[in-house]
Amino acid sequence: MSTKNKLILIVDDDQDYLYQMKTRVESFGFQTLLAESQKEAEELIEKTKPDLAIVDLMMENEDSGFILCYKMKKKYPEVPIIIATGVAAETGISFDINDENNRKWIKADRFLEKGIRKEKLKEEIDKLLIKINS
Amino acid sequence: MSTLKILVIDDEPGIRSGISRILRNFRVDYPFMEEAFDFEVHEASTGEAGIELIEKDKPDILLLDNKLPGIQGIEVLEYIRKKQMNIIVVMITSYASLELAVKATSDGAYDFIPKPFTPQELKSSIENITKRVFLKKMTNKLQETGKQIRFQFLSVLSHELKAPLNSIEGYLQMIKERQAGPQLESYDYMVDRMLERIKGMRTLILDLLDLTKAASGKGKRDIRELNLVDIANTAIDTMRPYSIQKDVKLNLHGNDTVKIMADSEEMEIIFNNLISNAIKYNKEGGTVDCTISENGNCVEILVEDSGIGMNPEDITRIFDDFVRIKTEKTRNITGSGLGLAIVKKLIDTYMGKIEVTSQPDKGSKFKVKLPIDKPCS
Ligand SMILES: Nc1ncnc2c1ncn2[C@@H]1O[C@H](COP(=O)(O)OP(=O)(O)O)[C@@H](O)[C@H]1O
Ligand SMILES: [Mg+2]
Repeated sequence: MSTKNKLILIVDDDQDYLYQMKTRVESFGFQTLLAESQKEAEELIEKTKPDLAIVDLMMENEDSGFILCYKMKKKYPEVPIIIATGVAAETGISFDINDENNRKWIKADRFLEKGIRKEKLKEEIDKLLIKINS
Repeated sequence: MSTLKILVIDDEPGIRSGISRILRNFRVDYPFMEEAFDFEVHEASTGEAGIELIEKDKPDILLLDNKLPGIQGIEVLEYIRKKQMNIIVVMITSYASLELAVKATSDGAYDFIPKPFTPQELKSSIENITKRVFLKKMTNKLQETGKQIRFQFLSVLSHELKAPLNSIEGYLQMIKERQAGPQLESYDYMVDRMLERIKGMRTLILDLLDLTKAASGKGKRDIRELNLVDIANTAIDTMRPYSIQKDVKLNLHGNDTVKIMADSEEMEIIFNNLISNAIKYNKEGGTVDCTISENGNCVEILVEDSGIGMNPEDITRIFDDFVRIKTEKTRNITGSGLGLAIVKKLIDTYMGKIEVTSQPDKGSKFKVKLPIDKPCS
């Protein structure tokens, strides 16, 4: 099962981060769909179903990322979501996304640091995509 | 050693006694803190009993279950927020609802502990909170001594400073790896974006300097009689190249007789910000009208534009630090979000007023009133 040609939704309010992430993700051979806000992303997923989403945590509001995740999982429960954040340490929010209990209500599948290395990012995306395809 | 009071509100006796046991001999001590903290745990089995204890004991930290026999945890939280009590609230909960979490957070809950929790999870959450209590005490102390340090401000500032650095670093990395191939032109977009982000950082730094000046309100203030039309003209001249580039017409109305006692640099900051905004958030072929007049014991400065305007709910936020309105129309406009915050602070030091009226897509009108010698009527 190939993971190529999969559509990845990237949501971030920093247009440069969005561009850089898009370039990276496309260099892995994926297609991309971009949104600059929670609102824009919500509109996009009304029409298009991505295969995976990479979502910034703090956009219009501090918890835009969480809310978007929640809405996406309601609509497409099987689509994996990665929350990318540079602020886990700053906000003092002490969630562990990989903990079963938190997983129940924070609907993201992975939490990743924004500065994550390219190879590691590819590995994480592949892992999540393979999981739903098997 | 300092002791923090913790109140546990939970209907399960096991949870209450468990927390008491775990925290009985627990101490939090960081190298940067002047003193270590230990904890005194109080218990309540219902929200009603909890509120009574909150009133009586004034706890520092509240560990709050949401599902309670009588009133719910979220209602206790609302009570605390309404009375503006200085209590850090942690929800202990096993719920599976994001709505509740979001609501709790916006009502002031600081953290969540999942139920069931391990002693380690409880301890690390308490450790974080203690750090925060300590920082809060320290800020209060600093504020009392007149040194205003706002952690909120600093944390947003560090985010604002890091974002452009991350973006520039990302592009440089891409260029280093020749990700767009060997052709130099392929990198033009990235170079332009980096220059734009650097420009944004420079604006931020300049605005920060103005802000520190405005916030201290003292500094070397040079109050003398000023002709505001002259100052407005200087501001307009500085902005002229920018307005030509944006094809926006600048008009100044007013006569030389309007005088005010003020610091010229501060008046320039006010004009610069209002006029640059009126150009920045304008449309091609638009106009900016600056009018200076005297009205009773006040000077009135009007800056009107034919630009993109604002929604009523956005207008209430624009004078706060770092606030920028994000829309399709503003997305390519650089700014720090500090300009109007500075303007507001300066006007306050002169006991003046600023009012805004605006209509989306029609334009905005900023009206400043400054007292000439006694407060404006
Ligand atoms: N004349 C105006 N017309 C429309 N919007 C404006 C105007 N002036 C200010 N704003 C809005 O208010 C926000 C805050 O303004 P300001 O504090 O000067 O920050 P900055 O210009 O750096 O973004 C701007 O980002 C913009 O969205
Ligand atoms: Mg401005």
